[in-house]
Amino acid sequence: MVATLKIENLSIKYHTLDDETEAVKNLNLDVNDGEFISIVGPSGCGKTTILSAIAGLLRPSSGKIYLDGSEINYPCNKNCNKIGYMLQRDHLFEWRSILKNVTLGLEIQNKFNKNSVKKIEDMLQKYGLLSFKDYYPHQLSGGMRQRVALIRTLATDPEILLLDEPFSALDYQTRLAVSDEIYKIIKDEGKTTIMVTHDIAESISLSDRVVVLSKRPAQIKNIYDIKLSVENRTPLKSREAPEFRYYFNAIWKELDIHVE
Amino acid sequence: MLNKNYSKEHEEYLKKLKRRKMAIITVQILILILFFVQWEIMANLKIVDPFLVSQPSRMVKFLIKLYNEGTLFRHIGVTCYETIIGFVLGTIIGTIIAILLWASDFISKVLDPYLVVLNALPKIALGPIIIFWVGNGQPAIIAIALMISLIVTIISVSSGFKEVDKDKIKLLQTFGASKLQILRYVVLPSSIPTMISALKINVGLSWVGVIVGEFLVAQEGLGFLIVFGGQVAQLDMVMLSIIILSVAAYLMYEIVAIFERKYLRWRG
Repeated sequence: MVATLKIENLSIKYHTLDDETEAVKNLNLDVNDGEFISIVGPSGCGKTTILSAIAGLLRPSSGKIYLDGSEINYPCNKNCNKIGYMLQRDHLFEWRSILKNVTLGLEIQNKFNKNSVKKIEDMLQKYGLLSFKDYYPHQLSGGMRQRVALIRTLATDPEILLLDEPFSALDYQTRLAVSDEIYKIIKDEGKTTIMVTHDIAESISLSDRVVVLSKRPAQIKNIYDIKLSVENRTPLKSREAPEFRYYFNAIWKELDIHVE
Repeated sequence: MLNKNYSKEHEEYLKKLKRRKMAIITVQILILILFFVQWEIMANLKIVDPFLVSQPSRMVKFLIKLYNEGTLFRHIGVTCYETIIGFVLGTIIGTIIAILLWASDFISKVLDPYLVVLNALPKIALGPIIIFWVGNGQPAIIAIALMISLIVTIISVSSGFKEVDKDKIKLLQTFGASKLQILRYVVLPSSIPTMISALKINVGLSWVGVIVGEFLVAQEGLGFLIVFGGQVAQLDMVMLSIIILSVAAYLMYEIVAIFERKYLRWRG
């Protein structure tokens, strides 16, 4: 199988006046088409940095990233339009209605037209948000806002989704419900996804593979193929799978988190 | 408002709030009336010298005289016009300069100490120079008003631009937005509250600039009436002009506040 995304020997250093910090070192990773991959690692290990590099938001010190065989450069080239990035908080623009928030990416990429409005309204309809299209973000609940944020990301029809701790701003109950919804949407749309998280349970419940990173500079410690014996897998059902806690314990040990 | 059937307790609560609001407005108006009544009485009883402090009835007489001469609205109009031009220009030009500073971090860093000095300098000191440069007339008055509000606008709008959520900018970058698009889609719209508050401050500053300008060069306007009244020992004219000025300044502020409320409806 040909990898959709290929990361080769990626190294990233940060420079400040006082110091230079090695955030990522010699990282290699292949992500296959339609796959859902989670990256977990100790906090501050450079998980977000990896996503930023994939999105072409920063220049790697060395190494290359390929999307569908063509290289991703900095500042981001045409490949940018193939990447959908979802941040920790929904970052809906308070001054735009829900519909206008969803069309933001299209407007920026000059792809906004009558057809796209139709397409977006269909999407809002499908995910139960159409009746809210003229509302403003402050009138929606946290879970709904996060769904709007995902649809905003999907509206530009990206080939690969990058999720940066997408549920961490939500309370626990909402987080479980929203991760179920978001998972369904992503599978419906058949998107390849890389998610960064520090929540081990979340990573197992959503992913096909979990990549465990070391402390800074981030290197791959291990990759787990998540195989759960549940039918019609959803994140909530995954949590009931008998294998779930084995993966949990293994990753927990691998992360080697000490409270100091 | 939702058309809901509230409980008795809630209706009581709403009534209480309304009564309190009415009480505040009543007392406010009462203070104003009492102030003018005691002024009139004190002057009539010669407790204060009406020549020095004037008195409401004399001011009304003078108001009618001005009105009959047909110059009342011209004086008010000239001053309001200069003020509006002053604060609108101050806000627009200040915002444009702030945008240029935002566009180039280098220029912004270079100009920083100069802006600090210009901000600290009392701009009125530049009055005589401006009269030399722009001429002895209305443009000089507007220029002084503009000078006073410009630097404050640049500084406050610039800092508003810097407070724009970095993640919102990052979000746009993930869509491949150019710097111009970042400005248009996130920096300007999210700074509108800052710009409106700059506008509100500028209304006040522009009044200061216009009145000082009129003190220096004008042949008409409220500032001119105040200075002229002082020179010919006509305190009725001075006091009346100050009161008209207060009313005009208050109304202008309220108009900006209404504009603000209308514009910021999307805020929860």
